[in-house]
Amino acid sequence: MFRRDWLIAFTFLAPALILLFGFTHYPAIQTLIDSFWTTPRGRRPATFAGLGNYTRMLEDDIFRRAMINNAIYAAITIPTSVALALAMALFVQGRILGRGFLRMAYFTPTVLPLIAVANIWLFFYLPGFGLFEQLRSWAGFSPRNWIGTPDTALYAVTVVTIWSQAGFFMIFYLAALQTIPPSLRDAAAIEGCAPLTFFRRVTWPLIMPTTLFVSVNATINAFRTVDHIFVMTQGGPNNASMLLLYYIYEQGFRFWDTAYASALTVVMVTILALIGIGQFFLLDRKVHYR
Amino acid sequence: MIRTQRTFPADTTGADLRLSGLCKTFATSTALHDINVTLPQGQFSVLLGPSGCGKSTLLRLIAGLENPTSGKIHLGDARIDQLPPKARNLSMVFQSYALFPHLDVAENILFGLSVRGTPKADRAARLHKVAAMMGLSDLLARKPAALSGGQQQRVALARAVISERPVCLMDEPLSNLDAKLRAEMRVEIRALQQRLGLTMVYVTHDQVEAMTMADRIVVMHAGRIEQVASPRDLYAQPATMFVAGFIGTPPMNLIPRNALPGLDAPANATTIGIRPEDVTPLESGAGPQVTARVMAVEYLGADQLVTLAIEGATLLLRLTGRAGALPATLDLRLPQLALHFFDAAGHRLPSPSDLSHPQAQEHDNDQYA
Repeated sequence: MFRRDWLIAFTFLAPALILLFGFTHYPAIQTLIDSFWTTPRGRRPATFAGLGNYTRMLEDDIFRRAMINNAIYAAITIPTSVALALAMALFVQGRILGRGFLRMAYFTPTVLPLIAVANIWLFFYLPGFGLFEQLRSWAGFSPRNWIGTPDTALYAVTVVTIWSQAGFFMIFYLAALQTIPPSLRDAAAIEGCAPLTFFRRVTWPLIMPTTLFVSVNATINAFRTVDHIFVMTQGGPNNASMLLLYYIYEQGFRFWDTAYASALTVVMVTILALIGIGQFFLLDRKVHYR
Repeated sequence: MIRTQRTFPADTTGADLRLSGLCKTFATSTALHDINVTLPQGQFSVLLGPSGCGKSTLLRLIAGLENPTSGKIHLGDARIDQLPPKARNLSMVFQSYALFPHLDVAENILFGLSVRGTPKADRAARLHKVAAMMGLSDLLARKPAALSGGQQQRVALARAVISERPVCLMDEPLSNLDAKLRAEMRVEIRALQQRLGLTMVYVTHDQVEAMTMADRIVVMHAGRIEQVASPRDLYAQPATMFVAGFIGTPPMNLIPRNALPGLDAPANATTIGIRPEDVTPLESGAGPQVTARVMAVEYLGADQLVTLAIEGATLLLRLTGRAGALPATLDLRLPQLALHFFDAAGHRLPSPSDLSHPQAQEHDNDQYA
């Protein structure tokens, strides 16, 4: 039975539905399908490869390197930027001189495009006369090429990420802190609650929803943003700063191995989904929503 | 329902709360000028005044949430204005209740005890006793968001009571409740204060709360104390024109003296006050007679309020609701014993009405400068 109001409903939904399907759902499904086929080249069409692309990953040293790097990168950027954001928010929430200026200063890195941030940091890291080199030479250390050395390249780009996103997360924490009524602090003061106890027993639980939101975002960012890798290292030297998404880009758009890139994408999306779901289920129980 | 037996040892450290020379200046304004008052132990003292009169600031000074610019606060012999809030031996109930939204009722009530490291067994016993007393025993596992306003109010009270501290401060605790609940809580808070022998300092702008609950009312205006007195004395003998015009619904009529030329009043009296219920129409008796035009009648059921115009002034008159239609003009008596005289500065002068309340003489005005 055909119903008139269904037609009307679909007509209204169509613009959004077509865009969403055409640019999000269809590519996602196509990527999943492509990952089970070989890359078509010239007159040689794609053939079904089964799990071939996936078994190839197991023997791919660069893939393994990228996974390990990304794990280290995530393990450092997520907690550090969240903790830094909270510390900055607590600092600029109080009544201190130049509060507005400090808040703005902390937020500035967020306003800058990551490409620009990476360029700024390239100058900081510049061997010989970059900012860090100047400081090191005053202290009497030998010069060092931070982003050109395999041992330090990954950590050098990690620092850039933290610098650029902590200010953004601070805004969320600042907003959460403002919603805590000052009378709670008064009540706790009368009960004899020390500031640290108040933070642990009242502030921290009350800003838990923000912590969850921010840490999910930090996790996504750890896999999603590689702009600074393009500018600073291109994954080098010797894949020392290779991250998963950058590796996908290399496979897909530099070597045009789209099938392998599709399989890598499926792996990355799966990892992200698992982490995201895990965070929600793990933390959601402890979160008090007002 | 009011039991006078004390269930808590609140009297062990009980002592008067003395404020002397207390001033508080903020960056742009002065909130309190030279406050001198004693709030006696075990009594219910109400700080009453219009918004912005400094009563909440005064309470926060007592609590230690603000520091006085100058002056001293003593609890008994101990000077407490230098101490942090926790060391002042007092509890406080906030207007917003200040319940911790992520903790359940039991945790909210026990927050102070657990922060101070009271032994677990002691905590449980005290929680049981206080929850039973406040009627919260069935709600202990609920979060504040799942409670009604009245229940939240009880939790806030329980949190103050369980601390077993002798002084309890309350900052407009009933202003977020509806009228019916407010009336119930007035009775309950008063009963609780008497049962526990608490030294209560209660801030409100609602004179009904002040009149019904207080042993002692401290009327404040523009950062100064206008009068300290019992509710009866406050009503019978307002010390200033401000108090006369603030207490009572409707408040006292304040008439320029030259509008009542026939009246026998002291030479320096510039204003004459009389309560609306003391004006008697069409009756013989002592006091000068005034002829007034009826301007408006407000019918309230039991009463009706009549607005009258006399030469150069208006006058409110309270009549019983049963009185029939009024004529266009009324002949009034202003009974001599109901008159209050005020000088040009707004202070009370010896008045005939002093005689009708002789008991008021004893402890009126004794504590304020």
